[in-house]
Amino acid sequence: MEFFIISMLNGVSYGLLLFMLSSGLTLIFSMMGVLNFAHASFYMVGAYVGYTVSKHIGFWPALVVAPLVVGALGALFERLTLRKVHKFGHVPELLVTFGLSYIVLELVQLVWGRTAVEFPPPQALRGPAFTLVHHANDSLELVWGAAQAACGAEGVLCSPFPATRGFMMLVAVLMLVALWLLLTRTRIGLVIQAALTHPEMVESLGHNVPRVFMLVFGAGTALAGLAGVIGGSTFVTEPAMAATVGSVIFVVVVVGGMGSLPGAFLASLLIGVIQTFAVGLDHSFVSLVQQMGVPLSEGLASNPVLRLTLSQVAPILPYLFLVLILIFRPKGLLGTREG
Amino acid sequence: MATTTHYEFKPWNVGRWIIWSLFALLLLVAPKVFGSNLAVTMLSQMGIAIVACLSYNILLGQGGMLSFGHAVYSGLGSYMAIHALNMVSNGELPVPVSLIPLVGGVAGLFFAMLLGYVTTKKAGTPFAMITLGLAELVFAMSLMFSEFFGGEAGVSADRMAGEPFMGITYGPAIQVYYLIAVYTFVSVALMYAFTRTPLGRMLNAVRDNPERVEFIGYNTQMVRYLAFMIAGFFAGIAGGLGAINFEIVTAEVVGTVRSGGYLLFTFLGGATFFFGPIIGGVLMVFAAVLLSELTKAWLLYLGLIFLFMVMYAPGGIASLIMMNLRVAAFGRLREIWVSYLALGVSALLVLLGAGAAIEMIYHLQLDAAMGDVVTYLGAPMNVRSASSWFGVVFVTLTCLGVFELARRQFMVQWSDIQADIEKEIKRRETQ
Repeated sequence: MEFFIISMLNGVSYGLLLFMLSSGLTLIFSMMGVLNFAHASFYMVGAYVGYTVSKHIGFWPALVVAPLVVGALGALFERLTLRKVHKFGHVPELLVTFGLSYIVLELVQLVWGRTAVEFPPPQALRGPAFTLVHHANDSLELVWGAAQAACGAEGVLCSPFPATRGFMMLVAVLMLVALWLLLTRTRIGLVIQAALTHPEMVESLGHNVPRVFMLVFGAGTALAGLAGVIGGSTFVTEPAMAATVGSVIFVVVVVGGMGSLPGAFLASLLIGVIQTFAVGLDHSFVSLVQQMGVPLSEGLASNPVLRLTLSQVAPILPYLFLVLILIFRPKGLLGTREG
Repeated sequence: MATTTHYEFKPWNVGRWIIWSLFALLLLVAPKVFGSNLAVTMLSQMGIAIVACLSYNILLGQGGMLSFGHAVYSGLGSYMAIHALNMVSNGELPVPVSLIPLVGGVAGLFFAMLLGYVTTKKAGTPFAMITLGLAELVFAMSLMFSEFFGGEAGVSADRMAGEPFMGITYGPAIQVYYLIAVYTFVSVALMYAFTRTPLGRMLNAVRDNPERVEFIGYNTQMVRYLAFMIAGFFAGIAGGLGAINFEIVTAEVVGTVRSGGYLLFTFLGGATFFFGPIIGGVLMVFAAVLLSELTKAWLLYLGLIFLFMVMYAPGGIASLIMMNLRVAAFGRLREIWVSYLALGVSALLVLLGAGAAIEMIYHLQLDAAMGDVVTYLGAPMNVRSASSWFGVVFVTLTCLGVFELARRQFMVQWSDIQADIEKEIKRRETQ
């Protein structure tokens, strides 16, 4: 039971982190038609900038400064390069961001070195947010904090939930609400929504659409930067971090439906939960069948494919999911267009 | 004159024969001119890279399909080829070593048939994402199935397996080179022939205007799928050649870095012309073997070059060559050589200055323990003295200013000349 709750929460928090990234990616894609290949690179830059800023003035200011810096860099990139190749079509735009991902990776290694840096979460977020205590008499109890008093006793199982994960969920939900309010309740949000579908009309009404594009690109990368500060302090800040989430967020965007924000949300949570559960489960096909009491022949029991445990298969699950979605529902979970 | 309606005048295309003979001759004499061990190894790798980049260009250049996972097909081809080679060594498979690359090709074709069905359902940006996802899938699988993929160590084999054929054992590198050269020549010829087939032409049409192709009655998905399989076949041949050349295959051959490399160099060489990827393949080997020896920052330079290429010359090096040939054909090259000189010299100086700065930062970041002095092009520079930094920054910025001035001047001249040429072409047409 507590394994299920903790895994579920871990999965949801990971899914929400994925959504912080994929929401920016989706916004940029649905607006400009550009799939920002370097989106995960901005996530990495966010983590590294957050690391440097938090070393000097603390974690909480870094949470504000790093996204701003990353957003400014993103807007600058859009202004200087992306706008220039916009007239060549979508493939060169994708290629420009692809080239940028190489450059960012090398620059990050140039500035911060090739090994991981130590970016700990602030004092307030260390340790567990709450602990599920499984008492010897099979009752469950929720204790805020580390619950040191109860966990020492015999027959008691403790499952802590890290505070950083909780914070990650909190920030993601706040961001989601803020984004939704911005898009639906403000004037700038109206212009953005209008520019999504009818850019020429918006332009002829006197709005500067290229500037709106630049702002959206900056905002999307700023969200990636925010995710970077939180992801970097929760997980590990290293040059490979962009590659680890990069391809997963593309899967999220395709599975959710290209350009659909609710779809991205659903797909992020699904993939986050699936992957987290898979990592935690050590069952293989062979062990499962044997548990059910079915005897297996020697050859079957030692078959390397059947012996793979779910946790070993976990890294490929998002991609398998992608393939299945493409075969059975090509426009994605909540997508509207089949492009 | 009713009888002549069916008569078709086919000139003997002399230019084409000359070019292909020259290409064959080049492949033949290259190891005689550059005879060192390093040169022969590089030439072999170039042959492989040329086949791989050309097969990639069937997708990118001719089909408008941006794939991030082409290494899957060359890599799986490599694996199948090396397993086949091992079976030949054990006497289980009666196939001469010379035909092993074909095993790779068939494997590439098979996997392209399998995975391409899902991939080519879409075009454009979703296509790119799916290829990326599949590439990640295969790479993640390569770490799971260590029986087939050999885990960290990879799979190795001995290419001197089987009976020697006419004294060819594939022991010396030069024999492997000639095997690769033959395969390269035949593959390049076949891929060129493919661009002339109706399918090749339809592929171009699908790239340019899929909607119209659908209206004419073609299935664009089918055209993409067929082209994808052909690209997979030639990628597999490149992979099989790689397996024979290196005698070891590790999981990185299916990795996304390798796929990214194909994309990068095919584009740099030029995706809009058939011969562009040949330039790209040659550059790929030069970059991987020589540039990476020269500097640790080579990926940074590569990324920057790629970025500028996409922004200012989306047709790659091949298009730059063809544009200048056109200018030369109209006799206008003489007017701009001064600008070229100015551009070249200032760009070279900017590159020198920026290169020095990058090397100094890399030294500070990575080899600080090796002392404060870094040798850059033979000149010792102290990374902790203000004067060397000032010098580097001063040179870079000044030359950057000069370069920008020269570039503006050049752009004015260039667009004038292009406008004149367009006018001239129109005039000749009306005559």
